[in-house]
Amino acid sequence: MTLQFNTETFRDDYSFRNSDRAIKRFPFPFHEDSYMYSVNMEQHRGGPAGSVFEMRFDVDEHYVSEMQDRALVLAEDPLRCQSLPHMTLAGWDTLELIMVSKSEDYPDLFELHRDGDRWRWINKPMGIDHSFTFLDETTLPCGPLEYITRQAQGDFAVLDQRGEMLYMDAGMVTTQADWSLDFDIGMDFFEWHAPVPLAHEMGIFKRALKFLLNIQQGAPARRLNWTMTVNPLLDTSPENYHKWGVQKTTLTPENIGAKQHLRVELQTFYRLPRSNALLFPIRCYLIAFQDLVSIPKWGRRLHRVVRDLPDELATYKGFIDNRPKMLEYLGRFDDGLPTSPGVWPDLDTEPPLQR
Amino acid sequence: MSKFKFPESIRSRPVYGTLEPRSGKGHLMIADAEGAEALLDLAAQDAELFHAAHIIFIPKGTGETFVEKLRSRQPAILHVAPSYESSIPRIRRVLSDAHMGLQVYLAGTEGLMGQAQNEAMNAGIPHTAIQTEHRGSVARRMQCVHCKGITEDVMTDPFVCSHCGLNLFVRDHYSRRLAAFQGVRVDAEDPGNVPEPVELYK
Repeated sequence: MTLQFNTETFRDDYSFRNSDRAIKRFPFPFHEDSYMYSVNMEQHRGGPAGSVFEMRFDVDEHYVSEMQDRALVLAEDPLRCQSLPHMTLAGWDTLELIMVSKSEDYPDLFELHRDGDRWRWINKPMGIDHSFTFLDETTLPCGPLEYITRQAQGDFAVLDQRGEMLYMDAGMVTTQADWSLDFDIGMDFFEWHAPVPLAHEMGIFKRALKFLLNIQQGAPARRLNWTMTVNPLLDTSPENYHKWGVQKTTLTPENIGAKQHLRVELQTFYRLPRSNALLFPIRCYLIAFQDLVSIPKWGRRLHRVVRDLPDELATYKGFIDNRPKMLEYLGRFDDGLPTSPGVWPDLDTEPPLQR
Repeated sequence: MSKFKFPESIRSRPVYGTLEPRSGKGHLMIADAEGAEALLDLAAQDAELFHAAHIIFIPKGTGETFVEKLRSRQPAILHVAPSYESSIPRIRRVLSDAHMGLQVYLAGTEGLMGQAQNEAMNAGIPHTAIQTEHRGSVARRMQCVHCKGITEDVMTDPFVCSHCGLNLFVRDHYSRRLAAFQGVRVDAEDPGNVPEPVELYK
């Protein structure tokens, strides 16, 4: 099928919408009726046809508009994309991985023609046709990491690996769940995760680091993470928190279905071939509560997860104040029936709402 | 006594130790205010090492209190600087002239140690090889995450950003690269509702 790209905004008038197809393929993150931290890694080797897991870098109906939003963020704050001096090679690795993957996975949208180190890259949705010399920075308008991640949805952290540790040494971060690349750049794995509650004590980060250090070329991994966002705002950065924070207080029983969004990150992990760095794409998917509850199983389950989440996590994820309003809304879509295991919508087998 | 025991905190927050003599080809000691006491303790432990030391001392509010005491222990070089900023060119020069085996000792406020550590790291010394000892004020060097401006010697939480004027709360999240803690707008979700400032660690 040919993708239709939405014309939409993630700011001001918030015209972002999910089509029926986007709702049904939404990466719902809860495989059971409760949630606690876990390392929850699996191999990233495709997934059901049409799902967000199918391709290496999912391209969806929001692609063009998300890239426009990224350009706006970067114009306002160029520090959202940074690369420490030793990370340039990892930037080229990233460019190669994304160009090769997209041209193979979406041949109708992207083309890559390689003649030795002379490359021609065609990005049809964004109207780009560019010839350059691989590994020669002077033939690109900006660094290789910035160049390719201005054309790829989701944030990208590039982690250098030295002495059994990962360091946040480069990145493109404009759609983040409230962390600052500019502040965290150069930190080690434990330092940049320092503000996360409970998980250190649970040993989550030690186990996750051990897993990530051992990721091999050609064997990427993935996991889901989630939080809550009022309005379909991609740029929930600490830099702009003084502007968007107040939006969290605008929920009413009337608007919560449209305004409150579940925010899910599809995190993937790729070993890069030349630099041995680890590429960590963090792809953000947003869905309004009113769209999410159109899937009966998800409506039931989200109510139970939000209701039973420990206070520390609701605080860390920034929705403790709004939780009563969320539960009031979501409760209407929970009839108490059991839910099927796993994350999929199971529309054919799960009963409709019994009320 | 100028020592303060910081409560346990998150993983990015620096922890400080107690300076001890370590053998090395050179000894660079940078201290501000009560940090001088840590250097004097070091001198008491190893006078020979101290005679080989290059000391850069910023008295801040302590005036002359420690200068003569430090001089009387006969360091190789004692440079008294009016401010940290004014000492930066000297620190960089000393670090660029240094050979393998230089020992770096930092003592005093977190802001001083953080910035001097950053200079040493930029010169290629791993931060784990640099000794630090906190003495004196618990004031913090804070970066406003919104405007990126640095406010020095923050004593209260919340505080006012000296650049953009927002009311910021004091986080324990710390960047060695910036040598600063992170400040975030305290009334972002309820503009105007700014809590009474409380002195840090009171």
